[in-house]
Amino acid sequence: MRLNPVTPELQQRHRRTGWLLALVGAVLLIGSPYLPWAWSDDALDDMTYLFGPSPTQFLGLALGAVLLVCLLAPRLLARVLAGRRARWFAFADGAKAAALGALVFVAVVVVGIAVELGGLVNVRYGGWIALVAALLAVAGTMLLPRDRPATLGGVRSPGWLVISTIAVVMLVTLLLVAYALDEDDPVIFVALLAFVAGVVAVLLKLGVGPWFSSQTARHRGVLVASAFLVAFAFPFTQDGSEANMSIATQVLIFAATALGLNIVVGLAGLLDLGYIAFLGAGAFVAAILSGSAFSAVGWNPPFIVTVLISGVVASLLGLIIGSPTLRVSGDYLAIVTLAFGEIFRLVMINLDGSDGPDLTNGSNGIPGVPDLDLLGFDFGEPHVLLGVEIGRFANYYFLLLLVIALIMVVFANLNRSRIGRGWVAIREDEKAAEAMGVNVFGLKLFAFAGGAFLAGVAGAVRAHHDISVTPDQYIFLESAFLLAAVVLGGMGTIVGVLLGAVLLRLMPEKLRFVDEYRLLIFGALLVLMMRFRPEGLVASRRRQLEFHEDDEELADKVDPTVTRAEGAR
Amino acid sequence: MLEVKDLVVSYGRVRAVKRISFTVPEGSVVSLLGTNGAGKTTTLRTISGLHRPESGEIWFDGRRIDSVPAHRIVQRGLAHSPEGRRIFPRLTVRDNLMLGAFARTDRGSASADLQRAYDLFPILHERRNQPAGTFSGGEQQMLAIGRALMSRPRMLMLDEPSMGLSPLMTKRIMSTIAELKSEGVTILLVEQNAQAALTLADHGYVLEVGSIAFDDTGANLLSDDRVRRAYLGED
Repeated sequence: MRLNPVTPELQQRHRRTGWLLALVGAVLLIGSPYLPWAWSDDALDDMTYLFGPSPTQFLGLALGAVLLVCLLAPRLLARVLAGRRARWFAFADGAKAAALGALVFVAVVVVGIAVELGGLVNVRYGGWIALVAALLAVAGTMLLPRDRPATLGGVRSPGWLVISTIAVVMLVTLLLVAYALDEDDPVIFVALLAFVAGVVAVLLKLGVGPWFSSQTARHRGVLVASAFLVAFAFPFTQDGSEANMSIATQVLIFAATALGLNIVVGLAGLLDLGYIAFLGAGAFVAAILSGSAFSAVGWNPPFIVTVLISGVVASLLGLIIGSPTLRVSGDYLAIVTLAFGEIFRLVMINLDGSDGPDLTNGSNGIPGVPDLDLLGFDFGEPHVLLGVEIGRFANYYFLLLLVIALIMVVFANLNRSRIGRGWVAIREDEKAAEAMGVNVFGLKLFAFAGGAFLAGVAGAVRAHHDISVTPDQYIFLESAFLLAAVVLGGMGTIVGVLLGAVLLRLMPEKLRFVDEYRLLIFGALLVLMMRFRPEGLVASRRRQLEFHEDDEELADKVDPTVTRAEGAR
Repeated sequence: MLEVKDLVVSYGRVRAVKRISFTVPEGSVVSLLGTNGAGKTTTLRTISGLHRPESGEIWFDGRRIDSVPAHRIVQRGLAHSPEGRRIFPRLTVRDNLMLGAFARTDRGSASADLQRAYDLFPILHERRNQPAGTFSGGEQQMLAIGRALMSRPRMLMLDEPSMGLSPLMTKRIMSTIAELKSEGVTILLVEQNAQAALTLADHGYVLEVGSIAFDDTGANLLSDDRVRRAYLGED
């Protein structure tokens, strides 16, 4: 399906008109933030001043500036970007993305003003000018002929440049996350998301994105280390405030679990619809062994032992479920795991002593799980580190970062190993894999039990973080969300699933007002994703080929990257 | 090297293989001939452990293998290039070949075997980074044989390697099989193309609806009237 109704012939004929239209749009976009957009300062941030742009209006200005650069650069930089460099950047494609991003951004802001002040009459002329400017820009850039794909991705750059780019990107990410989390107004938050998505889209189209991903592949260690450094630094930007840290720890628990599920679904290709039960098993075991006054078991081993027991119990459950069902293929597993998730929850409710042993206090669960105390470090108490107060949630945040790092290491090593190759073969053709000597059943069981172990570990941390563990925290919907995070982000990738998990957990926190429509929006989002980008936001190269089998251009594109990766090793 | 004794295999109630016995001596090429549904593929799948026999014995290298899991049989040196080639179409040629070496636990020498497969079929080297699904039937067959050889087998079972190939490509594949035989690889060859198979085979067995109708040396079968009538289209 073509989204752009403009034919290449039309583009060739009218490209000057298109360029001029887009230029006018860009200039107006840059100018409009200096005009008032709203009648009252109750909407978003204060957009009522002439010649006094608010921070949000500045974002519109920035998108306009990006568009202007994309439009003017081919002419201004013609001398620098000559010869082989002429195809480094795809400026027209960048301009298209910038215009579209600006339109989405301005539309969000205008609609936001209307919603928050009660009607479109509250939008002043500046807002309308911005909207018209964005529409002009979109119309104009649609008339520009498409570029050939940018070649910047294949350019090798010196290490210092790549590493300093990584540093800048990470710093910007940190500031952006801190800024976005501090934003209470949901409309501004969405507008900010639109802005970021627009800028990222421009960078990807322009060729800078591919350059970044191909160049950082050579400095993967630096990239991962700096990403962790940024994650580590985040609590220090919060100045002792716990509100955002509480959201952040929930995001991390969700992300850690999604990464574990990614091993089962993304690598081994097993559809597990009851994964949350393994998290629950870990949490209940940890709660029972926590020394809580409401626990039926008096034994309270050190946390490191509890974590291991939680993981082992979860993986035993995985073995029990897996060994009969993994012999049959595909859909049966989905059905059995779906049922298992429900059975787990019901069993936890029924282990209340009325009809058997009392382990879980039924639907009341186990409250009063004490805070962790590792090597004399009390997770319940705030600590002062580098002059910044690190509160309870921040303590757990650091521990969860550690858990995520562990899961990432396991994931990456499995993916690269012989076992990972066996999983690929099973995903591709189970029968052929068997004939090649792949132990199909064994490898599936290993994925299933291994994934369950990691969920058990995450569950043990969650029990202490949540203070109380109840069966109704572990419902099917949670499994569905985990799966959605994996599919949305990009099956089989680490970055993608982290991104998916952050988006799926952060959005509901920040967009409280859509709470009732949450499922509706997620459903629509998933349908759209499956239609337009089935491989997820971040695609693993192999997956991309799996979903676009008949795309020869893509197959060719995958080739050189494979060779390059081999050369790098 | 391989001995099959009174093998019976069923799919549910349908008996696909009814008490067949044959042997494949070390270093030889033995061919199983027969029309569709004669039980050739079932026999191979049962030998390589993909299907369990109802009764009977299978001995490989002096050890009984009829209840050994498939992946262990590959480890013992018996490779199977399945019917319809079953390459991994979305993986590159190189990845396909490396998966052939999956059952092996000695890591280092896989690259030497990779080289050997490339030497045997230079086209595989040329197109090593392409998805295997873009290959022609003949190239896919080369890949399937190369992949089976990656486990460094002492015995190789090939299920209809000439299926769907041009006469020229069939010749090319058959000469490769002859080359493998001269290297000392024992081969069990299932074919419908009797002419090609029997020219190569030391010994041939003719299967008819699940039983062995008769057997003889390859050369004798080629001139046998029954074979000529049934499989070579002469009367």
